[in-house]
Amino acid sequence: MPQIIVENLVKTFRVAQRRAGVLGAIAGLARRRHKTVKALDGVSLAVEEGELLGYIGPNGAGKSTTVKILSGILVPDSGRVEVLGRTPWKRRVETVSRIGVVFGQRTQLWWDLPVVESFELLRDIYRVRSADYRRTRDELVGLLDLDPLLDTPVRQLSLGQRMRCDLAAALLHSPRILYLDEPTIGLDAVSKLAVRDFLRRLNRDRGVTIILTTHDMDDIEALCRRVIVIHEGGIYLDGTLEGLRARVSRERRLTVDLARENGQVSDPDAEVIFRDPRRVTLAFDPQRVAPAELIARIAARHEIRDLFVENPPIEEIVARLYQGAGQ
Amino acid sequence: MRPYLAILSARARVLLQYRAAAAAGFACQWFWGLIRMMIFQAFYQNAGASAPMNIQQVVSYVWLGQALLLLIPLRVDGDMAEKIRSGNIAYELLRPIDLYAHWYARAVADRIAPAALRAAPMLAVATLAGWLKWTSPAATAACAVALVAATLLSAAVSVLVSITMFQTVSGVGINSAILAVTFLLSGIIIPLPLFPDWLQPVLNWLPFRGLMDVPFRLFTGHIPVSQLPGQLAGQLAWTLAIGLAGRWLLGRSVRKLVIQGG
Repeated sequence: MPQIIVENLVKTFRVAQRRAGVLGAIAGLARRRHKTVKALDGVSLAVEEGELLGYIGPNGAGKSTTVKILSGILVPDSGRVEVLGRTPWKRRVETVSRIGVVFGQRTQLWWDLPVVESFELLRDIYRVRSADYRRTRDELVGLLDLDPLLDTPVRQLSLGQRMRCDLAAALLHSPRILYLDEPTIGLDAVSKLAVRDFLRRLNRDRGVTIILTTHDMDDIEALCRRVIVIHEGGIYLDGTLEGLRARVSRERRLTVDLARENGQVSDPDAEVIFRDPRRVTLAFDPQRVAPAELIARIAARHEIRDLFVENPPIEEIVARLYQGAGQ
Repeated sequence: MRPYLAILSARARVLLQYRAAAAAGFACQWFWGLIRMMIFQAFYQNAGASAPMNIQQVVSYVWLGQALLLLIPLRVDGDMAEKIRSGNIAYELLRPIDLYAHWYARAVADRIAPAALRAAPMLAVATLAGWLKWTSPAATAACAVALVAATLLSAAVSVLVSITMFQTVSGVGINSAILAVTFLLSGIIIPLPLFPDWLQPVLNWLPFRGLMDVPFRLFTGHIPVSQLPGQLAGQLAWTLAIGLAGRWLLGRSVRKLVIQGG
């Protein structure tokens, strides 16, 4: 049975609208105009234990709203949700004690306290037994290399250090599910790799279910087997990363480095998308022309020093997907 | 209880770091105390015979007030106000604990820690100078018990005041109102027995005297120790009433928040 079940979730927000000008402001005192915004419009999904799911979509698509509902801190208009067999907003305390949540843009640690005291406070808040706490904490400190940071007040940590501490803080009570909202936002390359590596291990070794919302497609490519794309409150796509590529375009790219300066490479079955005296990139559809055949045809006419075939970057795929979904 | 005691102790540890503020506050309150004491002394020298409190009681009352000034709720909790304004208060619901109890534990620490830092040196100075007269061990004990109740009451008031931020968004108006009301009605400016007779029933009924006036008068012997149970009942009844009001208002505001979003 799936660990998370969402059926036909609908959530609308009423947004007060202010009319322009002084007269508008006065009129607004007497009677406010409201606009109804549909944040979620019939979202259904199911997540099995141990999945690592990428939940992506443009800003305002409804990602955070979904995560808030799953965490029990927002009540939907209609629809059924079960997380670990419970309706989150009806059994908030039970639900939140078995999930972990990390928001990249805000810390859940206590600003003025040393990291280790924040951890101890969380131990008491989640009523974790001392022995369990020590074991989990030591494990997390080792995995995330937190030892040098433990006595530092949170306000003095760098963003990358803070994120590592926040990850540990969200896991001290050994939750079965972890929601991550843009965990790598603003991090440098080394910190991003450290966070990704940690998440991969957490999912593989401890079987923690992870739902990751992000705009960083490298996160998705590095971590997620399954991707859900949400757009304007509805699920636009639910499948593997390969499936996402196939849905948007089957396009592959062939980049050829030429031995001599000669920009004249072209082929009737491929489109030149980049041209330089020594390097040419062609986009082609592998169902129309096999990669081997295309390479053979070009090699027959030009002296090739090097070549490689690749998928278009996932950023481009997603940008196209959002555009397509918007129409 | 464990989560709430942990929150209380963590918050108190944070507040106990602010020693420079405590030193500055001590200097300021000491000076202010001198002025207040001298005003009352001058007043008593020229007053008629039948004052409702004698001058020694008034002076003790003044110095207790200077020592424990920060026990009363003076302003809205800035962190809470910010969380309510930004809607981030919703994220507090991610903890598996009761939101009201969480705030209440925090408010108790907010009342105790800064007051404790300033009280010890102020009481020492006032005692050594002969201003503060310790009447009897029983009166001191009764005062201590009433101070515990005063702390609980004060925390309930400050949480309720923070919760009104859901409605008002800006805390500026509330800050000036709460300061004026608690200062005047708790006895910090003028000891309550010196107010006109016709006001006494009102003052006795209001919750604010439970913050300062009750423990101070027990200390000076103006209220006999035998009346402690009745006074305590009054303080605790108000604590309960204000606590329930705060809990009700918070529940309503949070329901609106989780239904309408942040």
